[in-house]
Amino acid sequence: MYKYDQYDQQMVDTRVEEFRDQVRRRLDGSLTEDQFRPLRLQNGLYLQLHAYMLRVAVPYGTLNSQQMTLLGDIADKYDRGYGHFTTRQNIQYNWIKLEETPDILADLATVEMHAIQTSGNCIRNISSDQYAGAAADEIVDPRPYAELLRQWSSFHPEFLTLPRKFKIAVIASETDRAAMKLHDIGIQMVRNAAGEIGARFFVGGGMGRTPMIGPMIRDFVPLDQLVTYCEACLRVYNRYGRRDNKYKARIKILVHELGKDEYTRQVEEEFAHLLTQDIEPPLAELERIKAHFVDPPFEAGASDDLDLSDPDFRLWVERNCAPHKQAGYIVATVSLKPVGGIPGDATSDQIRLMAKLARDYSFDELRVTHAQNIVFPHVRKADLYAVWKALDEAGLGTANLDMVGDIIACPGLDYCSLANARSIPVAQKISERFGSAEKQAEIGELKLKISGCINACGHHHAGHIGILGVDKKGTENYQLLFGGSEGADTSLGQITGPGFDEEGIVAAVETTTNVYLRERQQGERFLDTYRRIGMAPFKEALYG
Amino acid sequence: MKIVTGNDLKTGAVVWWDGEGWSKYVNSAADVGAGGEAIIAREEGARRVFAAYVIDGERNADGVRPSHIKERIRALGPTVRMDLSLKPGDPDASNWVI
Repeated sequence: MYKYDQYDQQMVDTRVEEFRDQVRRRLDGSLTEDQFRPLRLQNGLYLQLHAYMLRVAVPYGTLNSQQMTLLGDIADKYDRGYGHFTTRQNIQYNWIKLEETPDILADLATVEMHAIQTSGNCIRNISSDQYAGAAADEIVDPRPYAELLRQWSSFHPEFLTLPRKFKIAVIASETDRAAMKLHDIGIQMVRNAAGEIGARFFVGGGMGRTPMIGPMIRDFVPLDQLVTYCEACLRVYNRYGRRDNKYKARIKILVHELGKDEYTRQVEEEFAHLLTQDIEPPLAELERIKAHFVDPPFEAGASDDLDLSDPDFRLWVERNCAPHKQAGYIVATVSLKPVGGIPGDATSDQIRLMAKLARDYSFDELRVTHAQNIVFPHVRKADLYAVWKALDEAGLGTANLDMVGDIIACPGLDYCSLANARSIPVAQKISERFGSAEKQAEIGELKLKISGCINACGHHHAGHIGILGVDKKGTENYQLLFGGSEGADTSLGQITGPGFDEEGIVAAVETTTNVYLRERQQGERFLDTYRRIGMAPFKEALYG
Repeated sequence: MKIVTGNDLKTGAVVWWDGEGWSKYVNSAADVGAGGEAIIAREEGARRVFAAYVIDGERNADGVRPSHIKERIRALGPTVRMDLSLKPGDPDASNWVI
């Protein structure tokens, strides 16, 4: 994985000392809260419902064991013994003290980490496929391109005060595991007819209060024009994006209002101009970055055999593991969704255990997924049982990936100052109701996602079943959506009808799955059945 | 009643104006009547709190109860981690929020 050069390290170290001085000035009264607020947000420090919250960037979700260990240590030293992995592949801590924040950032800098680009109207931390570099179906590792864009976007002076925040995802396979089309810019690395690698651009996607699927605006951008094309996309947005209305300020609104063709025309015009300015980094820089992402030293001839005589292990392998590009290896996902647990939360001990297992069994690498799980990307099949045993003993062996228990949920009103309703208790109750292996096996793949407000951090628009918490005259109410998807077949969920209270929404999910089990045809997932039969049978069961 | 709440500048902890200072217990909250904004201006100026604001609540036999669920959760702590709340020994405390 990428290693900082002297410029990266100096940039992060300088930022730590700059923020230390800003905190000092806030505490001595030299800075008012109005003056300090944008400065702390630029360093990932929010004020949430109970305390300051620090969001730490995990670029394209990739971590090494040293970094992961430190994330666990920070949870103990500065927080309350746990961290929350987010739907942006980051981690956040909920009980941070302002005066200790510079020390946390200094600790992070020792392992090449920071909290930059996790807040504010800038280009946010770039996300990617959690199986990058390991997936059997990728055409290339997308992370060097994500890293190139990270370097381009970090402190880019022109894009530090965009109309709104800006999110980019980079993938390199037809199976979209990063919700790429639901980003401001989604980039799919592709191979053209001549066999060359390039980038396909989707622009103007997003969730939030106005969910949209990003349309493709360019089928192929050559590698030596990748940064320039991104710059053109951003420039048009920065120039014409709505600054007068926060709720219409995302690029998706601009693309929608201009129309895809007119937005594309303007981007192409800007792109042609920028090509004359020679802003693209030399390909040698991309090659330098790529050198950090070479395959680990896989054991040639490693055995593909797996002893599946332990039925619990067999279930976990079937549910949580994915094919690896290298024979004898496998991609293993650690579910942070135990039955009745808090989605995405992990204790400091669990975090350090995952770090140790990655060091010993996954070439020192881990990934954070946007579904709030952790991936060991390169596990030798011969080691997989030992990995699972260690995970299981620590409460991390749940076999439910992409099942109804693998719920994405934002922190909701239990932690978030923007939320209107609690997400986590709903997730816990659904998880408990559908928690048995038998029930989950009966239902099959079902991606359920819960947001506690319209900002959609819980990706409810993209859930096969989505749940949106709203405030209904001071009480929590939950809308139900069907038909969302974030994969190659990206679609947006549709609201079923009137909302439910907390108990009612759990019962409604059960009613929904009962209709599905009654109506499904051979081999159909819930999403397939819904797409075939439509909303009516479900509405009939839910509302009579 | 009108209640003033905010966050401790150094720790970020939720605090409630008790008439003389800041308490982490909502039951200590004072009815500030129409004086909330003046308290906020003075206390924020002294950097004892930040992000302070006035909310509605009521005092009943059980103590002070903010009107809105968001403030009740602020007063108690996350309902899903009662061990981290202000009433870690009370398994039914989260019912107060609803």
